[in-house]
Amino acid sequence: MSAVIVRDLSKCFGAVTAVDRISFTVPNGATIGLLGGNGAGKTTTISMLLGILVPDQGSIEVLGHDMAHDRFAALARMNYSSPYVALPMRLTVAENLAVYGHLYNVPDLSTRISDLAHEFDLKSLLDRRAGALSAGQKTRVALAKALINRPDLLLLDEPTASLDPDTADYVRSRLEAYRAESGAAILLASHNMSEVERLCSRVLMMKHGKIVDRGTPDALIARYGRDDLEQVFVAIARAATSA
Amino acid sequence: MKASLRRIWGLVYRHLCLYRRSWPRIVELAYWPTLELLIWGFTAQFVVHGQASVALKAGGALIGGVLLWEVALRAQMGVTISFLEEIWSRNLGHIFVSPLRPSELVAALLCVSVMRTMIGLAPAALLAVFLYAFNIFSLGLPLLLLLLNLMLMGWWMSLGVIALLFRYGASAEALAWTLAFGITPLACVFYPVAVLPGWLRPIAKIIPAEHIFSAMREILYINQINWAQFLWALGLNGIWMLAAIGIFSLQFRAARTSGALISIGE
Repeated sequence: MSAVIVRDLSKCFGAVTAVDRISFTVPNGATIGLLGGNGAGKTTTISMLLGILVPDQGSIEVLGHDMAHDRFAALARMNYSSPYVALPMRLTVAENLAVYGHLYNVPDLSTRISDLAHEFDLKSLLDRRAGALSAGQKTRVALAKALINRPDLLLLDEPTASLDPDTADYVRSRLEAYRAESGAAILLASHNMSEVERLCSRVLMMKHGKIVDRGTPDALIARYGRDDLEQVFVAIARAATSA
Repeated sequence: MKASLRRIWGLVYRHLCLYRRSWPRIVELAYWPTLELLIWGFTAQFVVHGQASVALKAGGALIGGVLLWEVALRAQMGVTISFLEEIWSRNLGHIFVSPLRPSELVAALLCVSVMRTMIGLAPAALLAVFLYAFNIFSLGLPLLLLLLNLMLMGWWMSLGVIALLFRYGASAEALAWTLAFGITPLACVFYPVAVLPGWLRPIAKIIPAEHIFSAMREILYINQINWAQFLWALGLNGIWMLAAIGIFSLQFRAARTSGALISIGE
C-alpha cells in the first residue's frame, strides 16, 4: 500500500514550468527523500501534496483520498513542518499545541500535549511564548505540532535547516523513532545529504521540475560512481539540462 | 459537526490567547470607538445647547449614529484584522494545510469579530449614558435588528477585503483599515439621504447602512419603527453577503491555483 500516489503531475507559473509530469509513490512506513537544487520543484510538489496549490495536470492520491475532491479527509491524517512557516509567536508553546490539537480534532488533548512535551523535552518550555524560543527549541515545537495528530503521512521541508549538529541529530532520531513506532510514511525535502542518507530508504532527484533519477541512496551512489550522496547531488546538478 | 465546531473553537481559542495576554490590544479595541464618541458627543452637546427638543433629538441621533456605525466598522475590522494576524505571524501556511475548511475559518473569524466588537463598544456605550444621558439600549428590541444588520454589513465588507488579500497579498492590507471608512459618506450615518446630490442617492440606497440609519432616526425622532427600512437593509445585506461569499470563494480557489496562498504574506 502507498500513502502517496502521484501520477503525471505538472504545475506552471506563467511561462515557468515548476513541476513537469512527475510520477512517484511513497509507500506506507517508508521515508522518501525529495532532493534537488533551489527551484527544482520540491516546494511546489509538497504544496500540491498538501492541497494548498492546485496542479495544472495529473492526480494526487493521499492515504486513499483524491486530493482534488476529498482533500480535507486526507489533511486530517497528515501533517507538515517547515522552518519557513511559523507558529504564532505570542502564544505559549502549550497554547500553540492546543490550537492545533483542536484543529486536528485530537482526542484527549491534554494527555497528548503532555506526551509530546515529554518526548521532545518541552516541559520547561510549555509556558514560554513561541517567539522567545531559540531556533532549536522552535524546531522541536514545530515537530511536536507536526506529530500532534499522530499523522499517517508527514511532509517535512528541510526540518533541520539552521540547526546545530546536536539538535539536528536529536530531530532525526525523533523522526526515525516516530516512523518505526507508527508505521507512518515520511516525505522529506532536504539539502542535507547526510540526513537523507541516514533517514531515507529511497530518494527522488528533481531538476527543472522533473524527477531525473530515483533509487536507494546506495544505488544512486553506485550508479554515479561517487563516494556519497552529496557528490551524486552535485553531479546531477551540474549535468546538462537534458539529463 | 462536532469536529467542525472544535476546529472553529481552535481558531477562536488562538485569538482569545492572543488578547488575554495583551492589554494594549484590548485597549486598542475600545480606543477609537471611545474617542469617536467623545468628539461627536461633545460636538452634539455644543450644537443642541439650550435648543428645542428637535435639536436634542438630532443630538441623540448623532451619538446613536456614532455608536452604531462603529458596530459595522468594528465588525469588519474584527474579521480582517484577525485574518491579518495569521499573515503577520506567518501562520497561514499551517492553517491552510490543516483540516480547517474555509467556511470554518470564516465562522471562527466572525466569532472573534463579535467578541472584538462587544469589547470595543461597551465602554463607549456606557460613557454615552454617563456623559450625554444617551442610552443606546433604550432603543429596545429594534436595537437588536440594527446591530444584526450592521454586523452583517461589516462581515460582507470583510469577506471582500479578505478576497482582495487573496488576490493582492499583504499589499492590500491598508484596505482592512480604510474600506469601511470610505463608505461612510454614502452610509448616511448622520444625515438623511436627501442631503446627498441626486446622482449619489441611488448609490447610497444600495448600501444597507442608509436604511439602517434612516430607521434609527425614525425611532429617535418620532418613536416609530419603520419595518420596511429594516427589510430593505436585511435584503440588501443578503444580496451583498451572497456576492461577497461568491467573490471570497472564487478568489480562494484562484489563490490555490496561482500559488498566492503560499506567498500571501510577502
